[in-house]
Amino acid sequence: MKIRLTRLFAAALLSVFAAGAGAQTVKIGVVLPYSGVGAEFGQQVDRGIQTFIKLNPNAFGPYKIEIVKRDSKNPSGAEARTAVQELIVQEKVDILTGFIYSPDAIASAPLATEAKKPMVIMNAGTAWITTLSPMIARVSFSMWHAAHSMGEASAKNFKAKTAVVGYSDFPPGKDSLDAFKRGFEATGGKVIDAIPMGGPGQVPDFTPFFQRAKDKKPDVFYVFVPSGDHAVAVMKTYNALGMRQAGIRLIGPGDLTPDHKLQSMGDEAVGLVTIFHYNADLDNAHNKRFVASWKKDFGANSTPDFMGVQGYDGMAAIAHVVSTLKGRIDADAAINALRGWKYDSPRGPISIDPRTRDIVMNEYLSELVKSGGRLVQKNLGTINAVKDMCKELQEGRCK
Amino acid sequence: MDPVSILLGGLASGMVLFIVSVGLSVTMGLMGFVNLAHGGFAMLGGYAIVLAMRHWGIGFLPALALGFVAVAALSVVLERLLYARLYRASELDQVLFTIGLVFVMTATVTLGVGPETQVVQLPDWLRGQTDLGFIKYRTYSLALIASGTALVIALWLGFERTSFGARIRAAVDNRRMAQSLGVDVGRLFAVTFAIGSGLAAVGGGLGAEILGLDPNYPLRYLVYFLIVVSVGGLGRVTGVFYAALLIGVLDFVLKIYFPKGGTIFIYVLALLLLLWRPQGLFVKRAT
Repeated sequence: MKIRLTRLFAAALLSVFAAGAGAQTVKIGVVLPYSGVGAEFGQQVDRGIQTFIKLNPNAFGPYKIEIVKRDSKNPSGAEARTAVQELIVQEKVDILTGFIYSPDAIASAPLATEAKKPMVIMNAGTAWITTLSPMIARVSFSMWHAAHSMGEASAKNFKAKTAVVGYSDFPPGKDSLDAFKRGFEATGGKVIDAIPMGGPGQVPDFTPFFQRAKDKKPDVFYVFVPSGDHAVAVMKTYNALGMRQAGIRLIGPGDLTPDHKLQSMGDEAVGLVTIFHYNADLDNAHNKRFVASWKKDFGANSTPDFMGVQGYDGMAAIAHVVSTLKGRIDADAAINALRGWKYDSPRGPISIDPRTRDIVMNEYLSELVKSGGRLVQKNLGTINAVKDMCKELQEGRCK
Repeated sequence: MDPVSILLGGLASGMVLFIVSVGLSVTMGLMGFVNLAHGGFAMLGGYAIVLAMRHWGIGFLPALALGFVAVAALSVVLERLLYARLYRASELDQVLFTIGLVFVMTATVTLGVGPETQVVQLPDWLRGQTDLGFIKYRTYSLALIASGTALVIALWLGFERTSFGARIRAAVDNRRMAQSLGVDVGRLFAVTFAIGSGLAAVGGGLGAEILGLDPNYPLRYLVYFLIVVSVGGLGRVTGVFYAALLIGVLDFVLKIYFPKGGTIFIYVLALLLLLWRPQGLFVKRAT
């Protein structure tokens, strides 16, 4: 017994020294939908993570990392919660990350608080998610970033007086509606109808909803749907119902123009105006390097979109934590390291707001144009250092 | 709001339901086989159509024909090798087998083509709007209404007015009697199964513009197929047609006026209709 104890003590001592010497491995639990309706999103973020590690092999300093992946399957949150539980209890991870759908992050937040694990959110955009746990830092976006800016821009740039909002009926959709409405009506516009258009789980036939919007004859039709297949269907239905000819301008956050689907949208999408924090055509050196490496690894037909860059930036944030804390992750110290963290991302300068632990970044107003035989995003204007207005204005659950 | 465009929109969404479900009515209703892999054949057909158009540059209509033939041929192989063993098995065995087949199909497509949605590149003459004189409406919706109508007439004639149809109905009602009268039931079922699967493939291709097309297609729309077929009544092609239209139009109208209900209406409608007529709307009550 005595010998055993001494041995244990020696082993413990050794491991402390080993940590100091840099052999400590930081375990990172990644929760993404690798199968099911969100599999494409999971793939984007996963590739963003891989690209960061490949392009920045020294970012983690001398410390080793190990990535443990778990499938969150459906957007309900239930499977994500189970996955997080496994990662904490069985895999004993140091940091949690991933989280595509808001329900995934909402269901998992209490576990992060209980187990004291830093949770770096790489997508889930419902504004008030960051208030659910002091362990959360978000490197992606809040629905308010794009929607509130778009509300202001519609009134200012397009002189729109009336708007109809169509949104997918789940937390970020309602968030997007509130944010757009707040921005638009504060700048002199009026939202005359708000249409819930089915859930995020499957792409509905948008025809009845769009027909209702068309009959209201608004100046602009603001649409929020999950990026990807929903977005392609929105564009199709908008054109097929002749809404453009009826003088109704389709606008929305960049979820409507996912870079990896852009070329399949066809020429009918030309002229679509969106506002967002990233598109693959952004003109800066880091983005060029990012896109080039992506296309080299995943094929010329694959393009990173905002989720790809969020996976990249999330890994950058985690690398910052790992190297700052010298490979020994203490939850509070990790979150403190992220407060005020600044990074020059492929999407431009970003930082984490020290007060809210949410991201501060640029929003780009873009128009789809045809250039060299393909659809590209033309920058119409940049709004610098946008914060999550939901928390700035103390709206609803963001207090 | 303009009632004509609402009616057209509703009819078109009903036609989509009909076109993707009618194949199931053929296999499940006529052959009495619980074929939950119906959506799988629809998906494989959709993929065959999209990929043939993309890689070989053939037109939409020839691609539809190709999809029909390819999936019908594949289904005969599966029918002879697998399905035929389960014709007399319990319904649970059939359900388990066909659901397993769906998983295999989904995984195969994900592995071979990828998880992303495939987009059907419609020819120009099917895009945009058509001026009907009194109203301008989405061309593709009009095309769906036309092709759905043509399909129901062809199937009705085929099953109710030909000796082939009569033999199928005879074999379903009393297999032993049909056999003793010299009907080759095995071959008959193989052909029927091929037709049902081929119809599924065409449905997958025609419906892709509205329903999308990705590896999760078979399970996502399984409930729709089953609702339409059970409301219409098993084995009744015309019943399925009316049921699809009824559900499609009501669902469309309710979505316009009460969008908050989202996708719930189709289920509520099915529930009410089945409470009212459990055997299906268009089946004569057993006497």
